[in-house]
Order: sequence, then structure tokens, then C-alpha cells
Amino acid sequence: MKQRVLLASLLAVSLAASATVLKTDAAKSTVSATFKQMNVPVEAKFKKHNIVIDYNDKAPETSKANVEIDTASLDLGDADMNKEVAKKEWFNAGQFPKATFTSTSIKSAGPGKLSVTGKLSIKGKAADVTFPLSVKADGKNQVFDGSLPIKRLAFNIGEGEWKDTGMVADEVTIKFHVVAAP
Amino acid sequence: MERYTKTAILLHWLVAILIIAAFFLGLTMVDIKGITPTKLKYYSWHKWLGVTVLWLAVVRALWRINHAPPRHPAGMAAWQVKAADAVHYLLYFFIVAVPVSGYLYTTAAGVPVVYLGIWQLPALFEGTPELKALFKPIHYWLTMAMAAFVVAHVGAALKHHFIDRDGVLKRMLP
Repeated sequence: MKQRVLLASLLAVSLAASATVLKTDAAKSTVSATFKQMNVPVEAKFKKHNIVIDYNDKAPETSKANVEIDTASLDLGDADMNKEVAKKEWFNAGQFPKATFTSTSIKSAGPGKLSVTGKLSIKGKAADVTFPLSVKADGKNQVFDGSLPIKRLAFNIGEGEWKDTGMVADEVTIKFHVVAAP
Repeated sequence: MERYTKTAILLHWLVAILIIAAFFLGLTMVDIKGITPTKLKYYSWHKWLGVTVLWLAVVRALWRINHAPPRHPAGMAAWQVKAADAVHYLLYFFIVAVPVSGYLYTTAAGVPVVYLGIWQLPALFEGTPELKALFKPIHYWLTMAMAAFVVAHVGAALKHHFIDRDGVLKRMLP
């Protein structure tokens, strides 16, 4: 009996030390792209995303993050625009339905701050990126916020006549707001 | 014959040209299928034209306060005087209402106006699909009503010039 209790507590300790996969609240979490179109600021949300965060606040370096975004789900507030961005010139959602991010390293960067490095793949192009992510507890939930600036042309987003950065700026910021429960 | 001031003449024709340009640009841009760079450019230009008309309307109104327009020609029928005044005041109304409704429409669509690509104008409220659907027909029908009164205004000016030959049009010519 004593042994069992010991075993159980040991198991509990070892479980606590490893990262746990959090349950992402998809409805409260957002992934958006912010950019300028003829200097007009545009913020558009990706309606469909699958975010898996394997997080350990005691040992952040054991954490992992995996993000999948449906490229055709970008909502620009206009049906024609939404159709346009799924086209070959933009996301080519037919051939590349998902944009993904997979972390390779997560480091603590001070209290409530993480530095996340990983592979970002959009439209068949991959790039290693590092960006800051903040984390804070909100009741039982963990809330992650981060933004990642990218250049759209590095991923061939906006081909042909859309390459003109005077029309749509090259700089795009991807913003994450993830609410996850243990 | 008493003439309009040079400033009033300049403002009148400037606003006229800008309104006609914005009108036809508006009709052209909404007919472009899908989304193209040209279409986006035309939308921006259309909004810049509208904002320009709006602030020129303010300048005109301020000018008008201290510079009464020339009197109607003697011998004009009373109903024509009333109709001319009514059309002029309605045109002033539309010169303000049409750009303002367009501004509200683009705000409702969640797209702020960045005047000349430089100055971002403030959004008065947060856009929603419901407000967008509300302001779209308001902007369209105010525009079409204005177009009808512009036609009446031009028609009356031409009638004064070619039929009455009373010099009414000449006082507004540069």
C-alpha cells in the first residue's frame, strides 16, 4: 500500500515535470494578419486554425507548439476579397490548404515571456523564424500573445501584378492570441 | 449682369469636376469583377475625391456666408425662383451628404480612409456587416438622387442660356 502511494506520487511528480498538452479554446483564440493596402491598415482573421501547445510553465524549454491555419479561411470582411486570397496568386489554397508553424525551441525570456523558434511554412515555402511570445495565467487558462512580422513576397504571396508593394505592402504581421486550458 | 465672385466660380467648377469624376469612377469601380489592383486603386481614388469634395464644400459654405450670390434675373417667374433656390439648397445638401454617407459606408465596412495615402481619417464607430449593409444603399441612393438634381441644375442653366438668353449661365462661366 505504501509502495503504491509512493509510486503514484512519483508518477505525479514526473508528470508534472513534463509538458502537458493544453486544450486550446478555438473560439477565444485568434490568428490574424495585419498589413497595409495603399497605406490603409487591414486586419483580417483566419477563421479556422488548429493550435496545439504543449506547455510547461516550470520548464518552458520542454514546451512545444504546433499551429495549423486554413489559408482559405482568411476573412477580409468582403466575399470577393475572401475569394481572391484563396487564389493561385495569393495563398493558392487549392494546392496549399494549410500554413503551418512547428516550434523547434521555446526558451524563457524573463517572467511571462518566451522566445519561440521554429519552422514557418506557407505556400510550400519554409523559413526559420523566431518571435517573442508572452504568456500569462487567466484563472485556470494560459493566455499566449505574440506577433510575427513576415515579408509576404518571401512566401510568394501575391504573384503577378500583386507583387506591387505600393498596392499591398510586403510587411505582414501575423498576430496570435491563444487561450488554452490545462 | 452681376457675376459670381472669381472664388465662387473657381470653387463651383472644381467641385463640379470632382463630383463628376467621383461619380463615374464609382460606377466603373463597382463593375470591375473580383478584386484587381486597378479596382483597389479606383476605390482609394474615389474616397480621396469624396473627401476633397467634402472639405471644398466647407470652404464654399464659409465663402458663401460673406458673399451673397447674384440675384435672380428680373422677370423670372416666382415658381422658377423658388425651384432654383430649392435645387441649389438640395445640391448643397447632397454635396455634403453623399461624401459623408460614403465615409460612413467605408467605416462600416471596417476600411478606414487614408486621405491621399497619407492621412488616416478617424473612424467614428466600429464597422459591422449589418452597418455595411445599411450604409451601402444609403450612399447609392443619395448619389443617384444627387445625379437627378445635377441633371435638373444643368438643364435649367442651359434653358436660361439658350432659350431665355438672360445671362444666368454666363455669370458662372470663368
